[in-house]
Amino acid sequence: MMEIEILRSGFDFLGIYGFFDGFMPDNLDWLVFLITSVILAMVIINALVISTALLTWFERRMLGRFQSRLGPNRWGPFGLLQPIADLVKLLTKEDTIPEGADKPVFTLAPIVFLVPALIVFAVIPLHGSSFLGRLNIGLIFVIAITSVNTLAIFMAGWSSLNKYAMFGAMRAVAMLVSYEIPMGISVVGVAIAAQTLGLSNVVLAQDIPFILVMPLGFLVFITAASAEMSRTPFDLIESDSELGAGYHTEYSGAKFALLQLTEFMAPVIVAALVTTLFLSGWRGYGPIPGPVWFIIKTFVVLFGFVWIRASWPRLRVDQIMSLAWKGLLPLSIVNLFVIAVEVFIFNPGEAGLSTRDLLIMTGINWSITIIALIVIFNVMGQSKLKRPEPVALPLANMYANTTVSKKATDLAEAD
Amino acid sequence: MLDDYFRHYGLITIFALIAVAIPVGMLLVSTSLSIIGIRPNKPDVVKKSIYECGFETLSKRWSGFNSRFYAIALVFVVFDVEVVFLFPWASEFGYMSSKFGAFVLIEMVVFVAILVVGWLYAYRKGDLEWT
Repeated sequence: MMEIEILRSGFDFLGIYGFFDGFMPDNLDWLVFLITSVILAMVIINALVISTALLTWFERRMLGRFQSRLGPNRWGPFGLLQPIADLVKLLTKEDTIPEGADKPVFTLAPIVFLVPALIVFAVIPLHGSSFLGRLNIGLIFVIAITSVNTLAIFMAGWSSLNKYAMFGAMRAVAMLVSYEIPMGISVVGVAIAAQTLGLSNVVLAQDIPFILVMPLGFLVFITAASAEMSRTPFDLIESDSELGAGYHTEYSGAKFALLQLTEFMAPVIVAALVTTLFLSGWRGYGPIPGPVWFIIKTFVVLFGFVWIRASWPRLRVDQIMSLAWKGLLPLSIVNLFVIAVEVFIFNPGEAGLSTRDLLIMTGINWSITIIALIVIFNVMGQSKLKRPEPVALPLANMYANTTVSKKATDLAEAD
Repeated sequence: MLDDYFRHYGLITIFALIAVAIPVGMLLVSTSLSIIGIRPNKPDVVKKSIYECGFETLSKRWSGFNSRFYAIALVFVVFDVEVVFLFPWASEFGYMSSKFGAFVLIEMVVFVAILVVGWLYAYRKGDLEWT
């Protein structure tokens, strides 16, 4: 009964607040606020965790399809209950802590990893009258909160006293820190065009989705963001063939479950961010309500991430670092100043950019994007990134620099 | 109704509290499962040893530290501070440029240009190489 009333009032902070405020005495405003926020936070965080669980199922099924196999299909219809089976298994596994590990930091790292991922949704608007998106520094909040995961990864790697974990964590810090810069600067382009840092207003400013207005910013953002969540083209943090499993080599049981949960939650969060910043969020056409549009767009972006994971091999560490510092950083600065000059020329003042302005910007920016990408490809294409010729150490292979050929007859003589 | 400022940050605080409660609760569930005996908890010497491809651990955790990590960290700090300064400028750029003209744009061009010169210097010096 109560739930139906809340749903009817529009599932929103103000709707729930109004519902409880209706029958609570006036001097208990703080209690009303507390109840409202706890309900909202519980619902959003649980929805996020459940959607992450569904994403793990979806990703494994899709990867199976991409590799012409079935994927998990035994437990529940189409294997839909697989995430629950995984959780039960991980919770009932033994939780070992290696000898000499830094126990408090070892236990704290999964918590520090998960918490920022859960908080991000506190500022993402899901529909037009959303209270959540109206925080006036939403963009800075998102960028600041999501960069805490660097710290958590280093805590995990350092505390487990394992060399593989330590190497994975050091690579992770170098890579995450490098990709944070282009990500931040490409988001600044959005802030200039929308003239605000609040995420609701960013959505309202997108009469034309910003993916069309600033394709260069979108490309830089999505590349940097997929590096930030360390998924497949950029997964050298936990490259299984070199480092065991990277920073979570020593983790098992419930803590491993937390780390994996966060890792799979990152695509959901990035997809929601891309939807808000570049795909015009909850805005859509026809009678379909806003939240449904938001979910559809998020799902399309998520499918794109799975597709990228299925089809691209891992990059080398030097390719990853030079992509960040020599490729994406100049591109993001070009994007920033192109947008700034255009906004300066159109001079929108208080009114914001009109649809006509956005259309002209779209035309200019697409040509600039194509030119900039061609220039960057030519500057740092494959020919400039040749792998250095391997030089054999004298002791590594004694036949390397000699003309002696090792034949089957040599072995026979040796006997 | 409370002040909007307090409502926003109060909501974020409650989000943070619940977000902390969920992983802590999960670890507590795991611990209590081991207490009631559903989850095994029998550590021994081999299980608690550190994974290293079957070897015994040969050297300490801090076996070496390449200086290029330090160079990357330095360049990062410079550019991260730049991003922090860009955000407030960006959100007010539309209003400010209609009031003060080209000055607002040129000022930031100069600021970023100084950093780009530093970036070019690091590039020429080979600090951005990773070989």
